[in-house]
Amino acid sequence: MLQILINGLILGAAYALIALGLTMVFSIMRVVNFAHGQMYMLGGFVMYYLYGQFSFPFWLALLLAGLTLGLIGMAFNRWLFQPVLASSKREESSMLMAVGTALLLENVALSVFGEKQRGVPPLIDGVLILNDGDAYLPYSNLLVALLSIAFIVALLLFVQFTKPGRALRAVAQDKEAALLQGVNVKFITTLGFAIGAGLAGIAGALLVTLYGVNTGVGTNISTKAFIMIMIGGAGVTSGAIVGGFVLGMAEAVGYDLLPSSMTYLLIFVAMIVFLIFKPNGLFGKPWG
Amino acid sequence: MKQEQRRDLSAILLVLTVLLVLPLLITQSHYLISVLMNCAGVAVIASGVWLTFCIGRINICQAGFALIGGYVSAILIAKAGLSFWLALPLSCLAAALCGAIIGSAILKLKGIYFSMLTICLTEAIRLAFLNGGALTQGAKGITGLPQAFSGDSPLPLYYLGIALLALALGVVWRVHYSRLGGIFRAMRLNEDLAESFGVNVWRYRIMAFAIACGLGGLGGSYFTLFTQSVYPQSFTVEHSIYYMLFCFLGGLEYVSGAMIGAFSLTILFELLQDFQQYQSLIYGVLMIIVMLTLPNGLMALRALSWSLPLRKGAVK
Repeated sequence: MLQILINGLILGAAYALIALGLTMVFSIMRVVNFAHGQMYMLGGFVMYYLYGQFSFPFWLALLLAGLTLGLIGMAFNRWLFQPVLASSKREESSMLMAVGTALLLENVALSVFGEKQRGVPPLIDGVLILNDGDAYLPYSNLLVALLSIAFIVALLLFVQFTKPGRALRAVAQDKEAALLQGVNVKFITTLGFAIGAGLAGIAGALLVTLYGVNTGVGTNISTKAFIMIMIGGAGVTSGAIVGGFVLGMAEAVGYDLLPSSMTYLLIFVAMIVFLIFKPNGLFGKPWG
Repeated sequence: MKQEQRRDLSAILLVLTVLLVLPLLITQSHYLISVLMNCAGVAVIASGVWLTFCIGRINICQAGFALIGGYVSAILIAKAGLSFWLALPLSCLAAALCGAIIGSAILKLKGIYFSMLTICLTEAIRLAFLNGGALTQGAKGITGLPQAFSGDSPLPLYYLGIALLALALGVVWRVHYSRLGGIFRAMRLNEDLAESFGVNVWRYRIMAFAIACGLGGLGGSYFTLFTQSVYPQSFTVEHSIYYMLFCFLGGLEYVSGAMIGAFSLTILFELLQDFQQYQSLIYGVLMIIVMLTLPNGLMALRALSWSLPLRKGAVK
């Protein structure tokens, strides 16, 4: 029981980081970044090459993973999403654009990196034994969870207390009003997209140390991220964090009792039933 | 008849006529026939997605309903020993029924919530068949179904495909260019406003979704017939995305859009056999280019205005 709780919390921390990036982009641009999972996957590969192959220090590799994906996000936003958002009349367009970028990233990665499962050596060895062998907690898992939480806290502080952070919140609330207050909306939107993509990269770079990565993992991660932000409410920071922990816990409990494909079937069914009663998630506002 | 409608009709009739006559000219090529059968099946499924675009919902679960159709007909043929003439309409009905039940729950979600949920739904349906026990035979799938038509000639199955395509287009045409189509358009533009004018939004959107899912089931069932097998991997999220791309490439304002998109892309890839391994990559790039440059789809292009010289400024 303790073991399940620990697994759930560790998984939840990492998932919350993934969901936070997706929800960030959504709140600012009203675009669901379908390529979020693919960005996670690329972050994993950056870590694999820099840390695993070229022996960069872990911290540097982690930052570079976030930075690389941030730059990719910026480029996507500038050259793909902004033109479509500016010219299209149907909201489908930006979504299909996002799906297109997801296909593109996944298949470029497939051609460049191949299909093999990649992993890096664990960050630290050793296992924490709790309660006289009741539960095991490898130190590397603990470290990843703590780092995830650190990044989440850092992001929350940034959004809450800095000037660009305030501008981000303003744009998320009301674009026109923010513009009238002298916020450089174009820059802030790009910043938001970059942060969202960077978070995906960091999450991928962190989790590659535990689970490894392969080029096909993107759709899976995106689907999980969708579940999390639908549980919590799209575009709401607290919702993403709660959604992450709820899904992490559900997965930990499910994997303990059932085969994995059955677990996800049940999670999907539970989520659909949940959305019937709370179509905007736990904390979400209704919107069109 | 309005100009767009006339263009739409001429596109549909042209493609169907070509499809009817073509086998007489290429009787020898089984390969070409099978490519066209593939196109027809995909177009039937994609026309369902097109119909959900009409009510302003982005449907990414069409592959799931194609899978339902495929499995229902496979189970009916293999386990219950029904003839496929019965299995085909029954699987269509089953998919439509599932669509109505699921739709009544999820259709109140809008925009991005709906599309995120439908992606999850495709996965859920696939997992349900994967875990279906003896009935669906797990990852192995149901294989070794009997041939639909005895004999070597693929033509009967081919013409069945064309007939299904014509049926699908007929249904969508009937819906789109009638009062119902007007209601759907009103719902797409502003659901609340439509409701305030006395439209029973709930009923109509379930109706549209059920028809769409039925078309998905029909197409999936047809694929099961001609590959004589069905697996949980037969239709995945990726396929759902391709169907959307077909609709967008063809054009969302024209009934023929889904068909045009499906045929042009599928045939394009058969011509570019050497690039087959890059299919998804090219689809991704194509999707981005289409979104940037062709927001209204192929059918709206001026170059294609053979049916009538367009008024100046009618397009764009």
